[in-house]
Amino acid sequence: MYVAVILILVAVGTVVFHFMSPWWWTPIASNWGFIDNTIIITFWITGVVFVAVILFTAYCVLRYRYQEGRRAEYEPENKKLEWWLTGLTGVGVAGMLIPGLFVWNQFVNVPAEAAEIEVVGQQWNWSFRYPGKDGVMGTSNVRLINDDNPFGLNPDDPNGRDDVLVDGDDLHLPLGAPVKVLLRSIDVLHDFYVPQFRAKMDMVPGLVTYFWLTPTRPGTFDILCFELCGIGHHAMRGSVVVEAKEDFEGWLGEQETFAQAMRRTGTDKALALRAQQ
Amino acid sequence: MNLFQQLMEKPWLTEASEVVELRDGRTFAMAREKLGLRVFLVVAMVVFSLFAAAYVERMVFSDWNSIPIPWLLWLNTLVLVLSSVAMHRAWGSARRGRIEGVRLGLYAGGAFALLFLAGQLLSWRGLVAMGYYADANPANAFFYLLTALHGIHLGGGLVAWVRTMVKVRRGDGVPQMRLSIELCTVYWHFLLLIWLVLFALMLLT
Amino acid sequence: MVDAAHDQVDFVPPAEVEEMELYHPKSFLTKYVFSQDAKVIAIQYSFTAIAIGLVALVLSWMMRLQLGFPETFSFIEAEDYYQFITMHGMIMVIYLLTALFLGGFGNYLIPLMVGARDMVFPYVNMLSYWIYLAAVLILLASFFVPGGPTGAGWTLYPPQAILPGTPGAEGGIILMLVSLAFFIVGFTMGGLNYVVTVLQARTRGMTLMRMPLTIWGIFMATVLALLAFPALFVGAVMMTLDSLLGTSFFMPAIVHMGEQLSYGGGSPVLFQHLFWFFGHPEVYIVALPAFGIVSDLISVHARRHIFGYRLMVWAIVIIGGLSFIVWAHHMYVSGMNPWFGFFFATTTLIIAIPTAIKVYNWVLTLWRGNIQLTIPMLFALAFIVTFVNGGITGLFLGNVVVDVPLSDTMFVVAHFHMVMGVAPIMVVFGAIYHWYPKMTGRMMNVAMGQIHFWITFLGAYAIFLPLHYLGFLGVPRRYYEMTDTTFIPASAQDLNAFVTVIALVVGAAQLLFLFNIGWSLVNGKKSGPNPWRATTLEWQTAQTPPGHGNFGKELPVVHRWAYAFGLPDATEDYVPQNLPPDQLNSDYDNSKLSPDTPQAAE
Repeated sequence: MYVAVILILVAVGTVVFHFMSPWWWTPIASNWGFIDNTIIITFWITGVVFVAVILFTAYCVLRYRYQEGRRAEYEPENKKLEWWLTGLTGVGVAGMLIPGLFVWNQFVNVPAEAAEIEVVGQQWNWSFRYPGKDGVMGTSNVRLINDDNPFGLNPDDPNGRDDVLVDGDDLHLPLGAPVKVLLRSIDVLHDFYVPQFRAKMDMVPGLVTYFWLTPTRPGTFDILCFELCGIGHHAMRGSVVVEAKEDFEGWLGEQETFAQAMRRTGTDKALALRAQQ
Repeated sequence: MNLFQQLMEKPWLTEASEVVELRDGRTFAMAREKLGLRVFLVVAMVVFSLFAAAYVERMVFSDWNSIPIPWLLWLNTLVLVLSSVAMHRAWGSARRGRIEGVRLGLYAGGAFALLFLAGQLLSWRGLVAMGYYADANPANAFFYLLTALHGIHLGGGLVAWVRTMVKVRRGDGVPQMRLSIELCTVYWHFLLLIWLVLFALMLLT
Repeated sequence: MVDAAHDQVDFVPPAEVEEMELYHPKSFLTKYVFSQDAKVIAIQYSFTAIAIGLVALVLSWMMRLQLGFPETFSFIEAEDYYQFITMHGMIMVIYLLTALFLGGFGNYLIPLMVGARDMVFPYVNMLSYWIYLAAVLILLASFFVPGGPTGAGWTLYPPQAILPGTPGAEGGIILMLVSLAFFIVGFTMGGLNYVVTVLQARTRGMTLMRMPLTIWGIFMATVLALLAFPALFVGAVMMTLDSLLGTSFFMPAIVHMGEQLSYGGGSPVLFQHLFWFFGHPEVYIVALPAFGIVSDLISVHARRHIFGYRLMVWAIVIIGGLSFIVWAHHMYVSGMNPWFGFFFATTTLIIAIPTAIKVYNWVLTLWRGNIQLTIPMLFALAFIVTFVNGGITGLFLGNVVVDVPLSDTMFVVAHFHMVMGVAPIMVVFGAIYHWYPKMTGRMMNVAMGQIHFWITFLGAYAIFLPLHYLGFLGVPRRYYEMTDTTFIPASAQDLNAFVTVIALVVGAAQLLFLFNIGWSLVNGKKSGPNPWRATTLEWQTAQTPPGHGNFGKELPVVHRWAYAFGLPDATEDYVPQNLPPDQLNSDYDNSKLSPDTPQAAE
């Protein structure tokens, strides 16, 4: 008796906890509301199954508890019942998978108008790069990285000269404009995640990975590293500021470009010298 | 009954049947040792396949510089083929009950296998002397890795070979050693096949 | 596989005489230490696995103390924390669960349940255990080398696993990789035994479809393990070379702490593919034996045949097959080609269908049964609850787009603990309560069992259910501490403290279980040969515990499937597998027989 009651309490308690929980996802700040919707569909389908299975188990425990001398019913198979259950499960699975794949299709297809930005991860901080006025990112190579060139940009690539480098400051994004976030790591795996954006991707040394989003809500949000990257993993944090386009452009104009950085460090002179020789 | 039919059986219906269909519970009609070896060969095959897959996947990166295959490897391949042929002849003699043939085949098979291993080590030394270190290029690293792995498997085979030789030296009858010889031969052929595939892979890339 | 073919084979003597030449132990050392008897090896495996599992349990306490009460314990630094999570994960998954289900239960149950005298290669079986023990000792040794054990996470992802900046990069990681290689070699030796014994050494009449589901689960899990562990082996060998020789299998060009390293061109994602090609089947290596065993527990204690036996077998086979084409669902956000997401999400969600069928059939076995709420049955019920819970959260993570926000959050931690931690452990407990009488001749104490059960079940559920919700919130896993954020409310810390307290209690309750094992050995009620009145062959042995060679002079002959419960025309509500059909109406209830009469079952 009490076993069945406790099973029912577990099922009911789970549902109550679900609806009462103060811990729930953060208010969304990007276009990926579709992901939230897919989660809600999944919740309903799986929730119904969970409650039904537990309650049915509790019913069986209650109704068919042991009685001396009684025999269990002998019915090794019931094809019809099994087909029905398989079919219904298939429908439920399709109900979750199909919307999921539609949203994934959006996730992997970056809109043509998305502006590129780059996030570079290393143990244990973030830095950011914008393509500058020409809208094209300069090429980069890990082998070119040194104290004067922390991004490893190719000084001979004209596209890179006007790239805006942000090291030790927040990432800024314009409100309402799609961005393709290019991700690069120079040492170990990292993962760029802003909980309010819902989208994340690992940063893999040797590869450039990406995802895209459209920020939809102004504000300052936390950036967290979401792939274990050594003892400082939990301290690898940053901030992203989503602001109106004018504010964003004003801020961007104040940042140093690669050409300016080279001038500051004297790298450009050495380069010019090399070119003369 | 084939496997599929067995899996379709409704076990509760055969409940009352007096007849026990299988004389014993075996699924495959072969000696346990043979099945055991086959299962092991499948596992070894998976290991080598995964290495080969990693090789192919790693190859596409731009830093890959093929390693020059030493001519000695051709000779080694020939030696390994001879080793396999000798083992096969030992098996043939065992089936016909001819102890002299068994002895000759086993001695030759083992000797050629040892010669092969020595040849492999020699080719390593040659490559190292020419400066092809494992950490210099992934192609070099894979070369050492795959040859070492194959060599270790052959070394394991030689342990089984020694155990068979003990029986021969002890003067056991041919029927007592038939299974051991067969298992060794199958394993030798398997390693020859693996070597040919690995050799071709390294040669062609 | 033609029947006639059997007669052409001259190696196997007919069943009426000794089936195999058993190795007869001559001294104490060969009987109890270097034993070749699968039952002794099983107990050695189980004790070693449980002992190392206790280490992992203590490690989990340390982690929970840090998460529940950050900045309280000076002896848990970030470095220690990452080492704790790594060792906890690896030990629990491989050295405890895999070893216990296959090395422990597999060794004990396979020969007994299929009606064999022993495993087919007893010597190799013994070697398997000793190599496993060596693997465990090497793993433990890593706690005592400079730099300590590795803190790379149980996934051991390069490049960080072998670079300074991760704890244990000096020596711990090498010991971990070497230990894994040993484990895999040892397991392969055991695995060959399990597979060949099931295929070749079944007694007369034990057709494939008459095997208990326990055997099906362990058999299929062994097949998976034999095919999947090589991937881990390959990855471990290549990473060892990267670390020791400076090769670049997995290591790309890296600037580490401001310094250019000499690595170049390698692919960290390649390691992830190898790891998960092993890692996903590994989930089923743990789950399938649990599926099999729980089927038998439910059937015996509900006094009813398993519902839809054939579908249960097919589902085990199908799940086993599918488990090799879903691995990249662990890598949706790894940076691999995103188009793979479509394929792997589809295969992953398809695998939910056979899994769901198994759940339905367990519940339908209870339906119209005659349910005895014994301790094993309670654990089986707890398995259903926790497995369904953990299974459905798998549908979240398998559906590629839902995984994007949830991956690497506490949701993942909660999911896999529920589905491959709590649920299989419930089966382990149920199985130990169930087979303890056969192994010792005595019943385990029920009162202690009840207390142990309720604390463990409700406690474990209360630990892991709320963690899902922290995951929704965006709390990451593998964080030493959560310093100020704008999105995590203070209440999350209270929840963490609550979970930690429960975790300490649940962990402590396991001491009661261990005490019960020891106490019942001396004080437990005498069980007789078949206290649960079960049908399978291990309960029909001449002696309890079964002696050397398992059965009496003759091997049992099997006349029916393992689930002959509630037959309308039999005297009792169960019919042993080896009862001749003409004795259905005789007085065959061997549970009434005294365990002291060795000839009882014959």
